[in-house]
Amino acid sequence: MSAADITFYCFAVVVVTAGLFVVVSRNPVHSVLWLILAFFTSAGMFVLLGAEFVAMLLVIVYVGAVAVLFLFVVMMLDVDFAELKAEMAQYVPVASVIGLVLLMQLGMVFGTWTFADDAMAMRGAVAPPPGEVHNTAALGLLVYDKYFPLFQIAGLILLVAMVGAIVLTLRHRTDIKRQDILAQIYRDPAKAMELKDVKPGQGL
Amino acid sequence: MIGLEHYLTVAAALFVIGIFGIFLNRKNVIVILMSIELMLLAVNINLVAFSAFLGDLVGQVFTLFVLTVAAAEAAIGLAILVCFFRARGTIAVEDVSNMKG
Repeated sequence: MSAADITFYCFAVVVVTAGLFVVVSRNPVHSVLWLILAFFTSAGMFVLLGAEFVAMLLVIVYVGAVAVLFLFVVMMLDVDFAELKAEMAQYVPVASVIGLVLLMQLGMVFGTWTFADDAMAMRGAVAPPPGEVHNTAALGLLVYDKYFPLFQIAGLILLVAMVGAIVLTLRHRTDIKRQDILAQIYRDPAKAMELKDVKPGQGL
Repeated sequence: MIGLEHYLTVAAALFVIGIFGIFLNRKNVIVILMSIELMLLAVNINLVAFSAFLGDLVGQVFTLFVLTVAAAEAAIGLAILVCFFRARGTIAVEDVSNMKG
């Protein structure tokens, strides 16, 4: 068994264990931390497969953005998670049955599955030999050329998601005092100030 | 020697764990969203494994787009969750039925 094989088995065991703990963990903060471990390990698997760019993207996008977003929301919401988890035990049987059925179905598909005879001829974008072009460069050539419209649409999806998230969570609170800069700018000394001639001994 | 089958097995296990998690945490939307992320990760592992073993880069390009959509989904989902929490003070899925109609 070579070093790469041992590394793969380590990653496989860690990623499945981390996935399991994401699901069964009692504390959602721990769930998020296990999720981060799962993302990191699968990034390692992608490196083993020679997909370095996707691996780094996984670390940056998932660990750096999505997992932190989850962590932020979990900590921001003041929810009694113990109460939510209390009835978890009663769902174990049905969840196990559905999981086993799905696993069996996947196993059945796996048993009868073979590559098509002309699978190699049907490749959409043949990867250049790893020694010649770096994985990132090869992907860049593909994304900015052949799949450019799709790439633009992906950017549009992110824009829409950003606008949607802001619109959903932005609220204008009326019960607090705010600084009104325009009102401050247009404040006129002539109107805001009044000079009074106070007679001695009388007051106003 | 590690073949395609090994990667497919890991991805299948991860996908089933994701489904298992959705049914296990029926009330907790945050963990359900995390389970969905796990399932998308499993799909990504499948795509990259096939891409690597067939020598076809399209799989990795598709992984890129799956990642984009997953990030957008997480952002929108969590925003809806925060909205719902502000309105109801809870995130139990069973109470979401008041959104109908």
